Amino acid sequence: MSLAEQALPSGRPPSPFYTEEHEAFRSTVRRFVEREIMPHVDQWDEAEEFPRELFRKASAAGLMQLGFPEAYGGVPTDPFFGIVKAEEMARHGSGGLNASLNSHTIGSPPIAALGPEWMKRKVLPEVLAGEKISALAITEPSGGSDVANLRTTARREGDHYVVNGSKMFITSGMRADYYTVAVRTGGPGAGGVSLLLIERDREGFARSKLKKMGWWASDTAQLFFDNVRVPVENLIGEENRGFIGIMLNFNSERLGMSAGACGYAKVCLDEAIAYARERHTFGKPLIANQVVRHRLVDMAMRINAVKSTLELLAYRVGQGEKPVAEICMLKNLATSTMEFCANEAMQIFGGAGYLRGAKVERIYRETKVMSIGGGSTEIMKDLAARQMGL
Amino acid sequence: MKVLVAVKRVIDYNVKIRVKADNTGVETANVKMSMNPFDEIAVEEAIRMKEKGAATEVIAFSAGPAQCQETIRTALAMGADRGVLVQTDAELQPLAVAKLLKAVVDKEQPGLVIVGKQAIDDDSNQTGQMLAALLGWSVGTFANKLNVADGSVEVKREVDGGLENIKIKMPAVITTDLRLNEPRYASLPNIMKAKKKPIETLAPDALGVDVAPRLKTLKVEEPPKRKAGIKVKTVAELVEKLRNEAGVI
Ligand SMILES: Cc1cc2nc3c(=O)[nH]c(=O)nc-3n(C[C@H](O)[C@H](O)[C@H](O)COP(=O)(O)OP(=O)(O)OC[C@H]3O[C@@H](n4cnc5c(N)ncnc54)[C@H](O)[C@@H]3O)c2cc1C
Ligand SMILES: Cc1cc2nc3c(=O)[nH]c(=O)nc-3n(C[C@H](O)[C@H](O)[C@H](O)COP(=O)(O)OP(=O)(O)OC[C@H]3O[C@@H](n4cnc5c(N)ncnc54)[C@H](O)[C@@H]3O)c2cc1C
Repeated sequence: MSLAEQALPSGRPPSPFYTEEHEAFRSTVRRFVEREIMPHVDQWDEAEEFPRELFRKASAAGLMQLGFPEAYGGVPTDPFFGIVKAEEMARHGSGGLNASLNSHTIGSPPIAALGPEWMKRKVLPEVLAGEKISALAITEPSGGSDVANLRTTARREGDHYVVNGSKMFITSGMRADYYTVAVRTGGPGAGGVSLLLIERDREGFARSKLKKMGWWASDTAQLFFDNVRVPVENLIGEENRGFIGIMLNFNSERLGMSAGACGYAKVCLDEAIAYARERHTFGKPLIANQVVRHRLVDMAMRINAVKSTLELLAYRVGQGEKPVAEICMLKNLATSTMEFCANEAMQIFGGAGYLRGAKVERIYRETKVMSIGGGSTEIMKDLAARQMGL
Repeated sequence: MKVLVAVKRVIDYNVKIRVKADNTGVETANVKMSMNPFDEIAVEEAIRMKEKGAATEVIAFSAGPAQCQETIRTALAMGADRGVLVQTDAELQPLAVAKLLKAVVDKEQPGLVIVGKQAIDDDSNQTGQMLAALLGWSVGTFANKLNVADGSVEVKREVDGGLENIKIKMPAVITTDLRLNEPRYASLPNIMKAKKKPIETLAPDALGVDVAPRLKTLKVEEPPKRKAGIKVKTVAELVEKLRNEAGVI
């Protein structure tokens, strides 16, 4: 049973963190997923694309606006709305769809936090309305972990920057209209990095699609910048001060990825329970075997641990704290739990899990991107160790 | 024109219903509750009327325990303007709800009352008709399509074997059928705005309504478990079983 199903007489789950509004939003997201996504998601995943129209529909239901300022079309919310959304959006089991539909949640916060007024007024309302797509481009072919040493350059020429280089693994990279791009404007290291808004139609900017193990529904791309001229006013925040913006962004991305990982783990558990009840071997249901029940309990135990940690950290973030080390550890806990649960669920499904179309099969293929993207397991441990003064 | 819509708090349609151990009713403790789906259709229709300029205000009514506030909030989050809760912990039967609705209609003077044709818990299909009788108003039941024009409503009704078109004078009571519309999501911005919309709380006594049940429930039981099917070899055997075992021909 999900928390929502163990509701109190008021219909509210037994938690200090969720209010009536969170539960109302949960109903909205659940319906949206059931109506707009579930019937098509397998087909979209195989086609490696979903209709652009979905961005608009998601905005109409209020799924795009979470946490952005009201003045630019957003709806300021506490982090628990994000958790509710991630949990409910996990139910369709396509991480690629979620990553791409939500690429603005990593692409646009730097604009909202640091961007000049004209940019906020122009870009944010379009993106939050689902009219335009926003992407974040940090990682490069030469490496994603070592962000401070990125090589894409932006050389100042009068009132323009001239951008040269390449970005790798960019979510929504093929279709995005606005790219928040990390570039080197200064000397080596973190102190020479800036963030630039680059529009898709700038001359010399090209994209190519990448074939992947999972996240098929997302149009992940490599980006190429060949002498792309970008006006100086497209600078997001101050010159050579982009690194801090990138780091702040990572905190919320990692919290969001943790919520997502927890949601996918829960789908694996729910699917495995349903299958184990239905599937009979040796004259009885799978779930009648102690070894199967123990697997299910081990999954639930880990999910509970992730959920508890996630909610406590979300509470602290909502109070204005920046618990960097804890968020790093949470991301590792959540993504390893997702890997564990996907693996266990696949085993319970037997041959049926190996076939395409089962949610657990897709989630299994989408575990690695969660423990590599947004800061890999090792990088999370390194960062946590530094924060802990080790 | 004001439009009054009734919204009932019922067990969520996804929940597996369990009969209470003492056979007095169904288990509602620790169960997820939601708005009756037919009432969502009523709310949607009223909001569309407001958006088209045919209505000026949409009022959501609910009767029952304090938690019905949440059901009213859902209507407000969909777009209703304000709520009226008649709060009582008493068991409410259709006649009592119709009387409470009449009292609120007398107070608010809406041009239309839209209610679900039935609620998915007791499936009574009575409240709208009783309300119309109490008010002496026209009623259009099982609405599949509505058109409000010049003091009357054209109602396309779902009837056995097809659709029926009627035109009734306003003020009127409408009961909704499934295909009238597809209710919208309560969007996040509207969920946040709904927090600030007013809900008036009234008591049945203050409205001068006696809600005491008129019907007595003797016993509530689980429906019999479905038995496994069988395969028949011949048509003759099928006919024989339908006649002698199932008793349907
Ligand atoms: C599907 C997908 C979507 C993505 N979307 C985006 C996006 O939208 N925008 C974006 O900017 N990026 C995106 N990324 C990139 C992602 O953030 C990077 O893949 C990630 O940061 C790791 O970088 P890398 O792949 O270059 O691996 P590398 O940095 O080359 O690392 C390879 C391995 O070595 C380990 N490693 C590296 N350095 C050390 C060290 N010092 N000590 C110990 N171990 C180390 C890493 O942990 C990793 O396991 C996406 C990636 C994927 C797969
Ligand atoms: C790609 C692929 C190719 C294949 N090729 C062939 C082939 O060429 N020829 C062929 O005949 N078969 C083939 N198979 C089938 C394969 O042998 C079966 O998938 C395997 O034997 C498991 O059976 P199952 O899938 O029905 O799982 P199930 O028997 O339903 O088992 C599901 C899960 O429950 C566990 N389980 C079952 N019973 C118990 C129990 N009593 N106690 C505890 N746990 C239990 C299993 O270990 C498994 O984890 C193939 C399968 C795949 C995926």
